[in-house]
Amino acid sequence: MYEFSYHKASSVAEAAGLIASHPDAKLMSGGQTLIPTLKQRLAAPSDVIDLSKIAELKGIKVAGNVVTIGAGTLHAEVAASKDVQAAIPALAALAGNIGDAQVRNRGTLGGSIANNDPAADYPGAVVALGATVITNKRRIAGDDFFTGMFETALEADEIVTAVEFPKAEKANYQKFPNPASRYAMVGAFVAKTASGVRVAITGAGPTVFRWNDAEAALSKSLTAAALDGVKASADNLNSDIHASADYRAHLIGVLAKRAVVALG
Amino acid sequence: MSSITISMSVNGKAVTAAAEPRTLLVEFLRETLKLTGTHVGCDTSQCGACVVHVDGKSVKSCTMLAATAEGAAITTIEGLAKDGELHPMQAAFREHHGLQCGFCTPGMVMSAVDLVSRHPNPDEHTVREQLEGNICRCTGYHNIVKAVIAGAAAMRS
Repeated sequence: MYEFSYHKASSVAEAAGLIASHPDAKLMSGGQTLIPTLKQRLAAPSDVIDLSKIAELKGIKVAGNVVTIGAGTLHAEVAASKDVQAAIPALAALAGNIGDAQVRNRGTLGGSIANNDPAADYPGAVVALGATVITNKRRIAGDDFFTGMFETALEADEIVTAVEFPKAEKANYQKFPNPASRYAMVGAFVAKTASGVRVAITGAGPTVFRWNDAEAALSKSLTAAALDGVKASADNLNSDIHASADYRAHLIGVLAKRAVVALG
Repeated sequence: MSSITISMSVNGKAVTAAAEPRTLLVEFLRETLKLTGTHVGCDTSQCGACVVHVDGKSVKSCTMLAATAEGAAITTIEGLAKDGELHPMQAAFREHHGLQCGFCTPGMVMSAVDLVSRHPNPDEHTVREQLEGNICRCTGYHNIVKAVIAGAAAMRS
């Protein structure tokens, strides 16, 4: 690990001030991606700004049809939250299957989506549920937030503070975890929302995307059979030692069907 | 090399020591405090040999900065036994021979104790699922799972 200076921010305003005055700094939430990245010397920030002690980034609130989760809320807290389990059970289940128990005790929602690993789970929920990402500067629609591999709409000095998830009528997430890393080789989040059926695919491409053909088929009939003959294209999908693009395309169909069946 | 001062409670004892901002919690425990019961296996967050409790929750101490643990209450494997008597989970690992070479054991035991706090009466499936983050390179999982189930029962009584 290269040397860096360390700052523990106690408020979002303080963290925003620090990142603005240290352009080569990195924000760290749970550090479950950043610390391994630093160890491999794949990043060399001048400063690390620790967000993990900022109280205003933590917590889960349910108001009407919206579940608001603070960016600093741990995966384990989302998974164990009775409020999330009642409002959007698929979201609690997704959080409970990220990484392993120890990663879930450090990793956070905000860290996961700001990092936007192509194989992360949360981006599937943000896009399929039509969530809104709240930052210290603005509100960003989930559909516009994830822009590419490890790329988001966030500006360099912008900090995710919370995500608003609208309740879905029905939702389910199915993933094919890599046996070693538990990252999603492919994940399919299917939601029946107020604005129709939405299908978000994570793990397969450079970033999360909506599978439009499946949405169209499922809008007519929300059954697994509706996806018979609907084939995901392997174009632009990831191909690596874990799975070829063709295999990932196959998994998209399998997992989307499983999610539809599990919707009940 | 910049140096910072870090204070925390480790196994009930207040400690203050100098470290670098990049010092990992596991390095602070092993190299500064000489608590070498916590192991470093993979150093890539996969194997779980470095699991300790931070404010009661199991975390991988190779994937947390010591600076982040400022002010926290840390428990390591050295802090489990009380008055010379093994913690029920340690005793269960011994009784059920939940180890072969023993390298992964400190992390397994720390993860198991946290597992029981969330699942007081775990079945075999729950134990296997909850131990996803701990790898036994000897593949001695059967006895580890038996030990965790027995340890959970002992912790309940």
